[in-house]
Amino acid sequence: MGERSAVPAPGIPFLRQAQVVARLLRALPPDSVLYEAEDTRPYECDGLSAYRQLPMVVALPRDEEEVRAVLAACRDLNVPVVARGAGTGLSGGALPRGDGVLLSMARMNRILSVDAAARTARVQPGVRNLAISEAASAYGLYYAPDPSSQIACTIGGNVAENSGGVHCLKYGLTVHNVLKVRALTIEGESVEFGSAALDSPGLDLLALFHGSEGMLALATEITVRLLARPALARCVMASFGDVARAGEAVAAIIAAGIVPAGLEMMDRPATRAVEEFAHSGYDLDAAAILLAESDGTHEEVAEELARMIEVLERAGATAVRVSGDEAERLKFWAGRKAAFPAVGRLSPDYYCMDGTIPRRRLAEVLGFIAAMEGKYGLRCPNVFHAGDGNLHPLILFDANAPGQLARTEAFAAEVLEKCIEVGGTITGEHGVGIEKIDQMCVQFSARELEVFRGIKRAFDPQELLNPGKNIPALHRCVEFGRMRVHGGKLPHPELPRF
Amino acid sequence: MTAFEPSELVVTARCGTPLAELEEMLARAGQMFAFEPPHFAAEPPAGATFGGMIAAGLSGPRRAAAGAVRDYLLGARIMNGRGEVLGFGGQVMKNVAGYDVARLAAGSLGTLGIIVEASVKTLPRPSAEVTLALEMPGERALESVNRWIGRGIAVSASAWRGGELAVRLSGAASAVAAAAAALGGERIPEASAAARWAAIRDHRDAFFAGEEPLWRLSLPQLAPSVDLPGEQLIEWAGALRWLRSGADPQAVRTAAARAGGHATLFRGGDKASGVFHPLPAALLEIQRRLKAVFDPDRVFNPGRMYPGI
Ligand SMILES: Cc1cc2nc3c(=O)[nH]c(=O)nc-3n(C[C@H](O)[C@H](O)[C@H](O)COP(=O)(O)OP(=O)(O)OC[C@H]3O[C@@H](n4cnc5c(N)ncnc54)[C@H](O)[C@@H]3O)c2cc1C
Repeated sequence: MGERSAVPAPGIPFLRQAQVVARLLRALPPDSVLYEAEDTRPYECDGLSAYRQLPMVVALPRDEEEVRAVLAACRDLNVPVVARGAGTGLSGGALPRGDGVLLSMARMNRILSVDAAARTARVQPGVRNLAISEAASAYGLYYAPDPSSQIACTIGGNVAENSGGVHCLKYGLTVHNVLKVRALTIEGESVEFGSAALDSPGLDLLALFHGSEGMLALATEITVRLLARPALARCVMASFGDVARAGEAVAAIIAAGIVPAGLEMMDRPATRAVEEFAHSGYDLDAAAILLAESDGTHEEVAEELARMIEVLERAGATAVRVSGDEAERLKFWAGRKAAFPAVGRLSPDYYCMDGTIPRRRLAEVLGFIAAMEGKYGLRCPNVFHAGDGNLHPLILFDANAPGQLARTEAFAAEVLEKCIEVGGTITGEHGVGIEKIDQMCVQFSARELEVFRGIKRAFDPQELLNPGKNIPALHRCVEFGRMRVHGGKLPHPELPRF
Repeated sequence: MTAFEPSELVVTARCGTPLAELEEMLARAGQMFAFEPPHFAAEPPAGATFGGMIAAGLSGPRRAAAGAVRDYLLGARIMNGRGEVLGFGGQVMKNVAGYDVARLAAGSLGTLGIIVEASVKTLPRPSAEVTLALEMPGERALESVNRWIGRGIAVSASAWRGGELAVRLSGAASAVAAAAAALGGERIPEASAAARWAAIRDHRDAFFAGEEPLWRLSLPQLAPSVDLPGEQLIEWAGALRWLRSGADPQAVRTAAARAGGHATLFRGGDKASGVFHPLPAALLEIQRRLKAVFDPDRVFNPGRMYPGI
């Protein structure tokens, strides 16, 4: 996406920078503290590159003690801290601040232990998602959540966003697959959320920590649950003559009592873009295709596949193809996993949305998106986790063409508000970050937002951890003009309306 | 009950809805609450409710395989200490807008507010289930069950007591049959197996009768057996160990903590030293502050969990 700064980019305050660097160098070696623009440039944005900001300082701690030292410095000097895993986030969660420290977990990338018998792995937060499954594979085990970015994204980022993947329909999101998080609070306390057992006393802070976008505490060690790698997995590709039919087929599969290991949908503009790139063998004549996976023992897969194919055919599939071998199954998925970059090649820029809706409203919302393509004069291929109702419409635009970025944002805002209207949410897995912060004012009431702010302060009274993300300040909602009104009364009527 | 859409796998209901009623309706649709919530009280109106199920946060035999209440909770409307009804989460499978307050309500024992209404994910019932009984000592039982799970055998419940291990296998009929043949043991007839799991789930099993204090130890599943006097019933592949013991509460807590878990004085005994495992100071402080966010005047179940919460 084109360049634009989120925060009015101040020049980096020089004296302040010198003060913070000097303090950090008391605890960290020189190569762990970056402050020259050429060194900090790689950290100026995450996967949402429309927003860029050079951090004042980058710190690269190697262990928990160094993280603690960085946090102590920030607390003492009242400097905001933004944690960063791999920077693949798509909502600007790891967008730095010009007056803050960007704390990269990149060097905390060791797998500490794999316990094959208990089926758990203890890892540092900077470990890549896929590296966990690679380490576990010697024992016939794997880590189930598989975001498409899994070769790059870190487990710390996954926890902070509660990331999903194509297999989370059956195996759950990150929150369902993490047993314990060891974390540091801004007050410098080591805390453990969850435990090596299946529950822990008191309120469920482990659940609350998932999806908290680096705003409550920083994860320094994560214990994940591993699963037995299924003996067999096979993938069905079903073609449909229209998108609505494909949407109905998704509901029919679930209604038949089948929970496939993955259930994904792509429309024709998406399959065409992907095919050129990944050669997955997709049916390019179909208006939409579904990818449905079955895994388990040989008996289970045979039984489930037969039922699935029957439902798909009854739901009007024009063609059904089952992966013949493992190579073909991986080819089917390779296209889906490469969908964002492949679609991205179609135009100079693309904007990825992440709304989630009740499955039964799929056809309606897809129709709405098609209408918006006409209204805004922008193309929008659709790729999504159909089984979960999690949509990823990709708006294609050119940031250098005058007005296109603004049109794209208006397009996206309308789609997200449609998601709320049909009973869904503005983000299923990519997080709010800086990107969807204004839509938070639409999805939640002032009182609900006040609870979020209270939770933030319960962990971080000085509000130094990733401030300004995820939870909009009240005045921001007032300015946005979309504050939800309850019972005809504006919340906080005493405040001036700008 | 306010909404049930079988193809969405979601049920939305008001807090006072009898759990038994919801479960019957789900069964008619071929679905279930996968976490098998217990019904400790007798019949309605005294019976378990939907809101109580969430607030208590307890799960039954299928927990180790399928997850807990919190894993299935999609959204909740909560009345806070000021009488305001607030909504968090929703009815969709994935939702990361704002902090996950709905899941925080699971197991909060009514200390944050009143769960007015909630949406919970359901699952299709497995097409086949078989329960097997095998004779084996405790350590070997835990080792075996974990080895089976690690090999991808769909163990959906396990219970060991006094030298006998019961395991339930769930899934596609052909897969369950193949696994049952591989495991051996004695096959328990379907109806009596169902009654047996329900009795464990609801604490109607003979193990739970009598006056001896009942401890709930939540431990890493392969933790070596804890050296405490009293009889044990071990579920969840070793992760849940019920203990009938008059042992000194401090000794029980120390043993559980040493094994990497925690102990709750679940029923009976002397509650003077607290019911729940003591929290580290930093966590207790965070939880007190969270309590104040929802219920600043401490009207909801004050002290039910910990002093100050
Ligand atoms: C091509 C592509 C495909 C993608 N596909 C998917 C997908 O299928 N499913 C999905 O859910 N997402 C997907 N994503 C989004 C992204 O990969 C995930 O959100 C991922 O979890 C981010 O991990 P990260 O390590 O890059 O985190 P970052 O982007 O570096 O950070 C994300 C957030 O986590 C916080 N954070 C990072 N580390 C820590 C820590 N140790 N403690 C506390 N907070 C921390 C940061 O402050 C920030 O708020 C995709 C992204 C791309 C570019």
